[in-house]
Amino acid sequence: MLDTVFWPLVKIVVLLNAVMISVTFMTLLERKVIAWAQSRLGPMRVGPYGVLQAFADPIKLMTKEDITPANADKMMFTLAPILSLVPAFVVFAVIPFGDDPLYYVADINVGLLFLISVTSIGVYGIILAGWASNSKYPLLAGLRASAQLISYEIAVTMTLVSVILTAGTLSMVEIVEAQRETGWWIGFIQPVAFVLVLIGGLAETNRAPFDMPEAEQELTGGFHTEYSGMRFGLFFLAEYANMIVISAVVVVLFWGGWLRPFPSVGALALLDYIPSWIWMFSKMFLVLYLFIWIRATLPRYRYDQLMRIGWKVLIPIAIANVVITAVVKVLL
Amino acid sequence: MAETIVFYTLSVLILGLAILVVTAKNAVHSVVALVMTFLCVAALYVVLEAEFLAVIQILVYAGGIVVLYLFVVMLVNLGRSPEEHQDPRRLSVFGLGLAGAMLLEVAGIVVYSYNRSASTVTAPAAASPVQGNTQELGWLLYTDYLIPFELASVLLLVAMVGAIVLAKRDL
Amino acid sequence: MEITPAHYTVLSAALFTIGVIGVLVRRNIIIIFMAIELMLNAVNINLVAHAQQVENLVGQVFVVFVIAVAAAEAAVGLGIILAFYRNKETVNIDEMNVMRW
Repeated sequence: MLDTVFWPLVKIVVLLNAVMISVTFMTLLERKVIAWAQSRLGPMRVGPYGVLQAFADPIKLMTKEDITPANADKMMFTLAPILSLVPAFVVFAVIPFGDDPLYYVADINVGLLFLISVTSIGVYGIILAGWASNSKYPLLAGLRASAQLISYEIAVTMTLVSVILTAGTLSMVEIVEAQRETGWWIGFIQPVAFVLVLIGGLAETNRAPFDMPEAEQELTGGFHTEYSGMRFGLFFLAEYANMIVISAVVVVLFWGGWLRPFPSVGALALLDYIPSWIWMFSKMFLVLYLFIWIRATLPRYRYDQLMRIGWKVLIPIAIANVVITAVVKVLL
Repeated sequence: MAETIVFYTLSVLILGLAILVVTAKNAVHSVVALVMTFLCVAALYVVLEAEFLAVIQILVYAGGIVVLYLFVVMLVNLGRSPEEHQDPRRLSVFGLGLAGAMLLEVAGIVVYSYNRSASTVTAPAAASPVQGNTQELGWLLYTDYLIPFELASVLLLVAMVGAIVLAKRDL
Repeated sequence: MEITPAHYTVLSAALFTIGVIGVLVRRNIIIIFMAIELMLNAVNINLVAHAQQVENLVGQVFVVFVIAVAAAEAAVGLGIILAFYRNKETVNIDEMNVMRW
């Protein structure tokens, strides 16, 4: 009872709180990095160097008035933020943050597939938010967002097939173990897949340069235009939690998860004294920094360009990658 | 004991949500109830030790097919509800009666076969050289059921071409 | 109380019947399609339950095929609905009588 119910529950509580706290600091990090890229200072008023801004924002969101538009579909309007938040949090169950069972909630035999399928549920939150608001721009944004998510989901899933072929397993923990055994991060064996997942991950989390669903200039804010207070906060939380998930997926699949750099080089064995979870978190931080950097650097794509990249570039490359991987795997 | 609780909870959820799918006035509410139904069915598959199918159920049904339904419901932006137009020749009560008769028939079959209790016959498990639900399923699909599997892929290709031809205004 | 395959069969039969009622009574063709998906799921539950009972994965293999067929059916069916809606501005199945003699 203690092992099957109590400790997993403790782990879940710790993990969810860690995710929420990291999300609040992600927003601060994002504002600081973008400010730095634009030669500004960013938030400086709350606390030293604006560090407490991370807590000021959620408090502001929680105390704001929560408005439901008069003509909105009340039930769906309430359900939408929940539907987008829950999948973003559920997938953390299968992400291994370290080499010990202490550092992950569950190691299930279809872990990667579970992750893909649960994240694909998140699209309902967005499309229903757009519809339930009963307002033109949110509906347009919701339809755009769901079309974008579905298109890029195909590309990412096809790409992950080649990763599964390389690792020979669906379990997240065993994928990292496979990288330890071969001594090569899959990112080096599958560079094309790495780039595809990175691009697809940007699109799946609605990040710049693919932040079409929330293009302020075109859609007055996006699918959550009609939302205020903590319901908007839930969408915000879901988006950043998804970013963390994507960064963890990229690290586990391509950068060796919790392994140290060059796991096969014996001369670097000294690095093993650094705990595994520190490697995992520092790699995730690098990926998240990369995402923010991209947002500060690249302009937004037009919608037709976005669709063309998804369907005519990413998906064919992903399929070709799967075929090549399979052939090489058979020949070797 | 745990299985009993899970089974009854999931059954109530599945049937309740399925009734909501069929009875909801608003088509979008139907779609949302359908997603929930499929998620509960996936949970039932986990209880039945079919993890791969549970995940495929979420991925294909909840994440793919039902999104398609939601899209069509939103594209078909109706000024008036289709239920307003009543065909006088329509026999809804007769339909309900037919459904009831079918339920009786299925119930009869279930009770009959359960009393016979011939289900103790265990089919010989296919000898697969691999372990694990996903691996065994893959083994079966690529050995004994290779031709149906390939045919299914051809079917999906045909359906894809057909859907594009139907939905595109001018080719 | 032990859960036997008969329990799953009863659940499946009830779900199937709800699907049948939906197909026979509703007039919105999109809802009818969803009711068909419910019926397919009822069949799947049955197949998986009995596959577990006889300790053989063939039932699960068939579920994979059913899901593939359901995906194909949804794609083509919704394509037909969209094409029809573009011409007649309705999704009411009673008004879909262009092919009727």
